[in-house]
Amino acid sequence: MRRRNIPGFKTTMGATLAWLGLLVLIPLARLVTTSSGLSGSEFWKAVWSPQAVAAYELTFGAALLAAVANGAIGLLIAWVLVRYQFPGKNVVNSLIDIPFALPTAVAGLTYGSLYAPKGWIGRFLTPLGIEAVHNRLAVVIVLTFVSLPFVVRALQPVLEDLGTESEEAAHSLGATRWQTFRHVLFPSILPALLTGIALAFARAVGEYGSVVFVSGNIPMKTQIAPVVIMGHLEAFEFDQASAIALALLVASFAINGGINFLSRWSRRHEQ
Amino acid sequence: MKLIGIAVVALIAGSLLLPAPAPQEKKEVSLTNVSYDPTRELYKEITEKFSRAYQAKTGQAIVVNNSHGGSGAQARSVLGGLKADLVTLALASDIEILEARGFIKAGWQDRFPGNSSPYTSAIVFLVRKGNPKGFKAWSDLARPDASVITPNPKTSGGARWNFMAAWGSVTQNGGTEAQAIDFLRKLFERVPVLDTGARGSTTTFVQKKIGDVLISWENEALLALKEEGGDQVEIVYPDSTILAEPPVAVVDRVVDQRGTRAAAEEFVRFLYTDEAQEVIAKWGYRPRNAEILARHQNALPPFKKLFTIKEVAGSWTEAQKKYFSSGGIFDQIYQPR
Repeated sequence: MRRRNIPGFKTTMGATLAWLGLLVLIPLARLVTTSSGLSGSEFWKAVWSPQAVAAYELTFGAALLAAVANGAIGLLIAWVLVRYQFPGKNVVNSLIDIPFALPTAVAGLTYGSLYAPKGWIGRFLTPLGIEAVHNRLAVVIVLTFVSLPFVVRALQPVLEDLGTESEEAAHSLGATRWQTFRHVLFPSILPALLTGIALAFARAVGEYGSVVFVSGNIPMKTQIAPVVIMGHLEAFEFDQASAIALALLVASFAINGGINFLSRWSRRHEQ
Repeated sequence: MKLIGIAVVALIAGSLLLPAPAPQEKKEVSLTNVSYDPTRELYKEITEKFSRAYQAKTGQAIVVNNSHGGSGAQARSVLGGLKADLVTLALASDIEILEARGFIKAGWQDRFPGNSSPYTSAIVFLVRKGNPKGFKAWSDLARPDASVITPNPKTSGGARWNFMAAWGSVTQNGGTEAQAIDFLRKLFERVPVLDTGARGSTTTFVQKKIGDVLISWENEALLALKEEGGDQVEIVYPDSTILAEPPVAVVDRVVDQRGTRAAAEEFVRFLYTDEAQEVIAKWGYRPRNAEILARHQNALPPFKKLFTIKEVAGSWTEAQKKYFSSGGIFDQIYQPR
């Protein structure tokens, strides 16, 4: 092994494992042991009740829509921020991080009061027949807000590294704008784009604070999975709550694994 | 993951709420009163009055720290190690859980007068000013033109009282259980949003102006009326309703460990004194003392017909199991037919 400046493999790896163990693995193990108080059929009943299934569909469906929407808009924003100079660019750049910093309950409250039928924006939407609170649309919109920064921040460094040379080369060889984007730019940024979408998705699945204020929480319709968990906790059904939490965990893990696989595949494919 | 988050938050909140060690006099006694959400204003005033009365009587300085949150969440904090000398919660079942886990000895509800509830309240309707849709009875809430606001019974203790009041309005007036399920299914079809807590529903109704009628605690409705000035909403007393008896208990395990039993019991007895009963009436709760209640009958008028949770469901523990546990009646109402 070559010599490195950082203290050495044993020390750094030991610290990494201790830290991950304390913060991630032990709590996860506890989650598994809590839900193992249930028998197989009880576990299945808790995890697969109609209310829980409807909640997973909403949670994962809305998170996926939000992540994809951010994939498209985030690419555009990152492009604008990297390629163009304009007054106020720094302000726009820092606005992107607001969803990171803002307590999500604040976002939910603000959104809810703006879009309520008699709120500042809602009063103009209501005559058009659009309802933007207490339904699934509201869930998608707030999730898009909280997961906005991920795609932008994942793409910016890649776009900066990319430079304009390959685009100019493509252009001089007679490629159209679309061909340049499709065959030259897109393959190089695809891995970063997928990573950004995966992060945005993971963030959106875990979101609770802003969603409860705008979703309406109606079972089977607009209730997200974390509210189902809260319902079990209120009834002192700790086992069932852990069971659903475990189901969410496994599903998130699988979906993120899938996206990471896609991202690696596209990276190999490009070379 | 959520569970862990909640546990961490509960731990941090718990550690912040623990009484700070008193530096100046060693003799100062402190109590922690773990209560539910809407009692903030009530217990703030009562604990000030209690500290003064206690010092005058015993010469001993005392500090009472009040902790507020959802009733079930508060009970879980105590189970999780929050050192509560007293619990003053919304539902007897939340205290029964503490009893079942050995924190409180059996028979706690007979230790103090009135089933250990120094005050009562009831479930009422809050409607838009002038009651434009003419809501008078529970059956009106299932009308197709009604839009009803109530919190989610799965996450809110107050909402469970609302649910049992609606249920009792059928079964206590000669209706069958099948009719009650049918009525509640129609009623919940009229609910556009189920907030997670009672205060959230009040905000939805009063501030966001969503819905025609809010099902609410009487004290919460009176508070909303007071804060909003009384020109947008008004209270309707329905044809019949449930008598809510939020109980108080001394947490035996904690007071015996901390040596605070005498002070904690003194606090509960204080809640029944004329001085505290007046404060209770002032904040819109119904004092147990009939004379003091009569003195406030402008704000707290007599009910037409009252029933109790015992008459409707036997007890809160039974109600919890039958109506609100997984697969219970509330889940059935939202089952696709």
